[in-house]
Amino acid sequence: MHGLVAVDLHVIWQQVFHPHPILWHVLWATVYISVASQALGVLLGLLAALARMSRFAVLRWISGIYVWIFRGTPLLVQIFYIYFAFSWPTLNFGIWTVSDAAIAGIVALSINEGAYMREIIRAGIDSVDRGQMEAAKSVGMTYGKAMRRIILPQAARVIVPPLGNEFNNMMKNTSLLFTIGVFELFAYSEQNYSQYFIADYFLAIAIWYLFLTTVWTFIQLWIERRLSVSDRGEELSFWERMILAWDPRIMWGRGMPWWGNR
Amino acid sequence: MHAEDVHKSFGKLEVLKGVSLEVTKGETVCIIGPSGSGKTTFIRCINHLEKIDSGRIEVNGHLIGYRQSGDKLVEDSERNIARQRTEIGMVFQRFNLFPHKTALGNVIEAPVHVLGTPKDQAVGLGTALLGRVGLADKVDVYPGKLSGGQQQRVAIARALAMGPALMLFDEPTSALDPEVIGEVLSVMEELAAAGTTMIVVTHEMGFARKAANRVVMMDEGLIIEEGTPEHFFEAPRHTRTKQFLSKIL
Repeated sequence: MHGLVAVDLHVIWQQVFHPHPILWHVLWATVYISVASQALGVLLGLLAALARMSRFAVLRWISGIYVWIFRGTPLLVQIFYIYFAFSWPTLNFGIWTVSDAAIAGIVALSINEGAYMREIIRAGIDSVDRGQMEAAKSVGMTYGKAMRRIILPQAARVIVPPLGNEFNNMMKNTSLLFTIGVFELFAYSEQNYSQYFIADYFLAIAIWYLFLTTVWTFIQLWIERRLSVSDRGEELSFWERMILAWDPRIMWGRGMPWWGNR
Repeated sequence: MHAEDVHKSFGKLEVLKGVSLEVTKGETVCIIGPSGSGKTTFIRCINHLEKIDSGRIEVNGHLIGYRQSGDKLVEDSERNIARQRTEIGMVFQRFNLFPHKTALGNVIEAPVHVLGTPKDQAVGLGTALLGRVGLADKVDVYPGKLSGGQQQRVAIARALAMGPALMLFDEPTSALDPEVIGEVLSVMEELAAAGTTMIVVTHEMGFARKAANRVVMMDEGLIIEEGTPEHFFEAPRHTRTKQFLSKIL
């Protein structure tokens, strides 16, 4: 049958609406690798941004070389090097095992992402008026405290929209980890293909990626809206906002704004 | 406050060429002078927002920004500089309120997170201070919803909340619409009358006449004339002072 029609609807229907339980496993793998890599990437990007603005030349240099290397070389090369050059442990949390390849993959994606996040975070910090740092210092804050309490909460509004786009890319880039043997969405479709030689397995998995990125778009809209609301209405720090924005109880309790029940 | 032979250059441009000034407790001193005379730079040096190249500045008996090491001065640690700044309040030309915090949030931010004052106590203090600057009804309002004059009064309350020994005002009314300048100046006059030690860089001669104990004229990085407000308005000595006053009065 599949030789005659361009799209094998049966395979797609089955893969999307009646997937084998293993799909939940690979979907989860894609999600946790993306979230972990993005979170670590933001952290690295923040450190690199602060290093870039440091008064110590050594730190500025390290930050510059870091970005130069990781933005200037292919992600796939980085993934291979990090996986094969070091030995990584396998983590076991009862029923959930994180393979050594997944850990190497998270490390590679995080380091790569940090290089891109550095510029985004720096632009966010730069967008805050210089007078804010001076005012914070004039009331006795140290640099670190002024950053945490005054500068970063204001920078967050500028950082969050591009951060959302980075995460969208991140979810798609996890498919590269298939090459070092991480069993995630794409690896699963590839496994099916090599067994049945039906290209529609790839189409079906594309729909699953589309599902993830679409859900994320909605979440992103909601976070951005919430940030702009807090800016006018509530007194929350950057982390409080982030935690609140990600808290599922609030997310479901308040309803999603695009469904109109806010 | 005691400043002695303060020098400061930005690159090749020498902005302060040896400024010395003594301000005693409870005094209000206005610094006047044409733009580019170094008056703003000088008061920014007093809380070490600008580093000085030579000379020394003391506030409340503490050397600012530097510590003595043998017969040399070395820059102090960030933590010590921050601690010294808690004794010096500063009000900026462009207010610099924290836009993500309410009026009260702005006022209690540093007492709570720098001094470690318990929050309920800080709220009491902050509410009282906002009342004192005439903004008791704006406690929960964000800066974006306040007029320039109201924002500047919040900024004054924010500086006062640290219980400073010295208040610095850097052209506090220059960015304001003419009709709201009065409300800020009257708050400052009350502070002066209540014995707050203040150094005010300003072009408001009316304020200088009413509230200042002493007026200092700066020009090209030097203090060229010093005296009571009456002296300045009735019999200024220096030709530059006469020229300057004739232009702005």
